[in-house]
Amino acid sequence: MQLRTEPYVLDMGPVHPSTHGVFRMRVTLDGEAVLNLEPVFGYLHRGVEKLAEERAYSGVIPLTDRLDYVASMTNNLAYVLAVEKLAEIKVPERAEYLRVIMSELQRISAHLVSIGSFTNDSGCYFTPFLYMYREREKIVDLFDMVCGQRLLYNYMRIGGVSQDIPDEFLPALRKVVKHLPGRINEYDRLLSENEIFLARTKGVGILPKETAINIGASGPVLRSTGIEWDIRKKDPYSIYDRFDFDIPTGEAGDCYDRYYVRLQEMRQSIRIVEQALKQIPSGPVKADVPQLIRPPVGEAYGHVEGPTGEVGFHVVSDGGIAPYRCHIRAPSLMNLTGLYDMSVGWKVQDLIVIFGSFAITMGEIDR
Amino acid sequence: MKFERYGRGIAKGMVVTMINLLRPRVVTQYPEQKLTISQRTRGNELVWDKDKCTGCGTCSKTCPQGVIRIETSVGDENKYFVESFEVDTGYCISCGLCVEACPYDALFMGYAYELGRYRRGDLVLTRDEMASEERIRSGYNRPEVAETLPRQTLLIEREGD
Repeated sequence: MQLRTEPYVLDMGPVHPSTHGVFRMRVTLDGEAVLNLEPVFGYLHRGVEKLAEERAYSGVIPLTDRLDYVASMTNNLAYVLAVEKLAEIKVPERAEYLRVIMSELQRISAHLVSIGSFTNDSGCYFTPFLYMYREREKIVDLFDMVCGQRLLYNYMRIGGVSQDIPDEFLPALRKVVKHLPGRINEYDRLLSENEIFLARTKGVGILPKETAINIGASGPVLRSTGIEWDIRKKDPYSIYDRFDFDIPTGEAGDCYDRYYVRLQEMRQSIRIVEQALKQIPSGPVKADVPQLIRPPVGEAYGHVEGPTGEVGFHVVSDGGIAPYRCHIRAPSLMNLTGLYDMSVGWKVQDLIVIFGSFAITMGEIDR
Repeated sequence: MKFERYGRGIAKGMVVTMINLLRPRVVTQYPEQKLTISQRTRGNELVWDKDKCTGCGTCSKTCPQGVIRIETSVGDENKYFVESFEVDTGYCISCGLCVEACPYDALFMGYAYELGRYRRGDLVLTRDEMASEERIRSGYNRPEVAETLPRQTLLIEREGD
């Protein structure tokens, strides 16, 4: 006798612990296998792009914090780079170094969160997650010391950074930089060879190279497929051309490669911070820019390599005190377009792992 | 997937877990034990110096949320008299731009946390509340104030190997 089965539509999310916020997947299932997947988002839409049009240029910076809230520094940086390009402002040398140090520390802390939550999704509950958060805490302490908050930093300013670092910052940073590589190696030993972790991630959710390019993926998701693309190298912004670092890439483009690329990137970031620490000059940290600037009529696009990928801001000015239009290129959203190709054919429990390997932030996707 | 290496990876990972078991604990029991916060804490509670303030309204202009309401009238000696100064901290995003913008250093972020209130109306800070002597000023963008505050506790100093 032939058993007749029929597809079953399951709404995963928006309130689901492994959707990292309020993401909803309309999954059509045949038993446990995924037949079709339709992402539904917009639950966290706050209209950041529209709000930016009625705020002064400096007032948009706190809004950019709230996009990718685990990586506020790089969002700040992308926006101020766009406005600086538009208004042709030159940034003091010390501020450039501080920006690089902050964005690299931010990359480490964001990758720690990504790896932590990814291991949570793949079934090793909370032990690696809390280890990662412990290391992240050391970086967050430094951010707190510099800009007064632990999550929404609002540190970069048009023409520099908001204020100089306190005296105890550099010694503390040296300690952290000395301390972290050992811990990262430890977590490498903890996870990278674990047979259960390998079974859940190796060969799961493969993103083909062509698809990755076609969907406009960037960041670790793109690099895991073996494409060596990093804006810090390919289109150096700020002063990244002065540092020596490698671009870690994966081979297969599966979940394991995405995890491993992130782990290796943290080591590269530490290398950059070490070099910046040696070179950092003294001097002013902010160019003489008025609080309410009026850039000339025109448009500019500023982009940085954020922890999830290319964060870009396209700012259009009509000569007023507020941007005429501010478009945000959200890397998580672009990467997520590959979700359908990666998850169809896999089981529901693999879907969670695949989705977790993107390390998305809903604040950025819905904007 | 087969267990080709007979669970050696798991054993290796367990060693790391054992090392971490012996490490000192990093968590603190919050309401009883408190860590010292950053000298530049951007607490929501604004502190206002009414002697330095001239009522220029720059803070109100720079506030991205538009929550600072300031009303002035012409006072004696060619100065403005600040009649009302209100900040609805329910809408405040603690960005600190008002403190940075103040040309007379009359506005400070507050060195405080635990900002919960029982009623929404209590969130609106008034002129006298902000000028109260009890409020501790934070060193955000005010290096001279930061020097007077205790040093922040850092996890790297508590844990560092």
